[in-house]
Amino acid sequence: MENKHKPDSMFKMIDARSVPPAPAKPPRMDQDFVRGSVETPAGDVPRIDSILYFRDHWGSFKARWDMGRMDYAVDPGLYALGHPDSKSPVLVSANYKMSFDALRSSLSGRDAWILVLDTEGINVWCAAGEGTFGTDEVVLRIEAAGLKNIVDHREIIVPQLGGPGVSGYQVKLRSGFRVRFGPIKAEDIPAYLDAGFKATAAMRRKSFDLGERIALIPVELVHTFKPSLFIIPVLFLLGGLGGPGRFWDNASNFGVFAVLAYLSAVIGGVALTPVLLPYLPGRAFTTKGIVVGAAIAAGVLFLRGNSLYVLPGLIEAFSWLMIITALSAYLAMNFTGCSTYTSLSGVKKEMRWALPLQIAMVTCGLAGWITSRFIS
Amino acid sequence: MKELLYLKDVTTLKLDEGRCNGCGACLEVCPHEVFVMNSNRVHIRNRDACMECGACRQNCAFGAISVQSGVGCAAGIINSLTGGNSGTCCMSDCSCAPESN
Repeated sequence: MENKHKPDSMFKMIDARSVPPAPAKPPRMDQDFVRGSVETPAGDVPRIDSILYFRDHWGSFKARWDMGRMDYAVDPGLYALGHPDSKSPVLVSANYKMSFDALRSSLSGRDAWILVLDTEGINVWCAAGEGTFGTDEVVLRIEAAGLKNIVDHREIIVPQLGGPGVSGYQVKLRSGFRVRFGPIKAEDIPAYLDAGFKATAAMRRKSFDLGERIALIPVELVHTFKPSLFIIPVLFLLGGLGGPGRFWDNASNFGVFAVLAYLSAVIGGVALTPVLLPYLPGRAFTTKGIVVGAAIAAGVLFLRGNSLYVLPGLIEAFSWLMIITALSAYLAMNFTGCSTYTSLSGVKKEMRWALPLQIAMVTCGLAGWITSRFIS
Repeated sequence: MKELLYLKDVTTLKLDEGRCNGCGACLEVCPHEVFVMNSNRVHIRNRDACMECGACRQNCAFGAISVQSGVGCAAGIINSLTGGNSGTCCMSDCSCAPESN
C-alpha cells in the first residue's frame, strides 16, 4: 500500500515546481519589531514603526561582523508602517533585516505599505543579481498580500538596485501594478516621494565612498579567520626548521616574523586596499593590491632589519616581499565582489593573469623562505 | 570624488539603437549612468562604466539591450571553479554590499 503512494507523491513534487506555490503565509505578528496590527479588507496586517532600537543596531553590527548574517531575516509579506490607507504608497524591500530596517527608519513620520519579498535573507542588490528579488516574487507577493484590495492605486515603488531582477514592464503585464524605481539609498526616499516620484541623477548613481568601503572590511576580515587558523601555526612551525639555533628558538624568531608578515599582508589586502581604493594606481584590483602589498613588505622588511649582504637574510627578505605582495593582491582581487562597479567580464579578464601571478609569487616566496631556513 | 572605473573595453553590453523607442527605463535603473538620452533615443555615454548587472536589459520592453549579466566577484568565480555552488557568490558567504537598501 505504501509503495503505491510513492510515485504519486513524486509526481506531486515535480508538479509543485511548475505550478505557482500556494498563497504565502502572512508575516507573523510576534516579530519583535511589530507594534500591533492594522485591519484591512485583505486581513490583519502587522504594523511597524520607524524607530530602530538597540537590538536593531546590535543586529546590524553583528551582521557586519558576519555573526548570524545569513540568518538575519524578517518574514516576507505586507507590513503597515504608521497608519497607511488606500492612497498610501507601497514600497518593496528584501527580507534581509538590515534592508528592512534601512527602509522603515528612513520613513520616519510617514505612512506607507511595505511589501517584503522573500530573498532568503539577502539584501536587495545581491538578491536581484541572483533573481530571488525578481519579477516572479514581486507578482507572487502582490497577489498573496491581496494588495489590490488594500490600495486604490496600482503602483509599487521598487528600489533601483532591484532592477537586475525585477522587470518593470513584466510586473505591469502580470500583476497590473506599475513599477516605479525608487532611489538607490533608502535615506533618499522621502525626497523622492516629495518630488513626486522623481529621483535626482545623484540618487541613481551607485557610489562607493569611504564609509561604504569601510563598512565592508569587518566581514572580509572575518572571512580570513578560518584559513588563518591553519596558516598561522604552519608558518610558525616552518620557522622552526633548519636555521642556526634550536627548533623553538628558531620558531620564535623566524616563525613569529612569518606570522606577523602574513598578518600585515591580510591588513593590506582586506583593509588598506579598500580604504585607499580610488587613490591606488591601476584599474585591476590586483594591481592596487600589489602596490599596497609591496609598500607594506618594504616597511615590514625595514623593521626586520635583515642584512641583505648575507644570503639567508637576502633570501628571506626577497621571499617575504613576494609572499606579502601576492597575498595582498589576492585579497584585493577578492574585494571585487564587494565593490559596486566591477563587471563579471572584467573580473574574469583580471583573474586570467592575476591568479597565475599570485600563485607563482607565493610558491616562489614559500620555496625561497624554506630554502633560506637551510642555508647558513 | 572621481568616478571609479574598472577595466576598459570588457563589457558585453550592446545597444540596438534601431529598436530603442526612447522610453528611458534603462536610464532609470542603471546605477552608473552608462546611458544618455539624445533626441528621443538612448545612446551609450560611457561603456566602461558598465558593471553588467543586467538591470537595463531586464527592463527594456523592446529588446534593444543585450548584456551577459553576472556578478563581478572573484571569490564567487573561484568558488565555482573549485566545485562550489556555481557562481552564487552572495548565497554562499561573500559579504556582497550588505548595506544596500
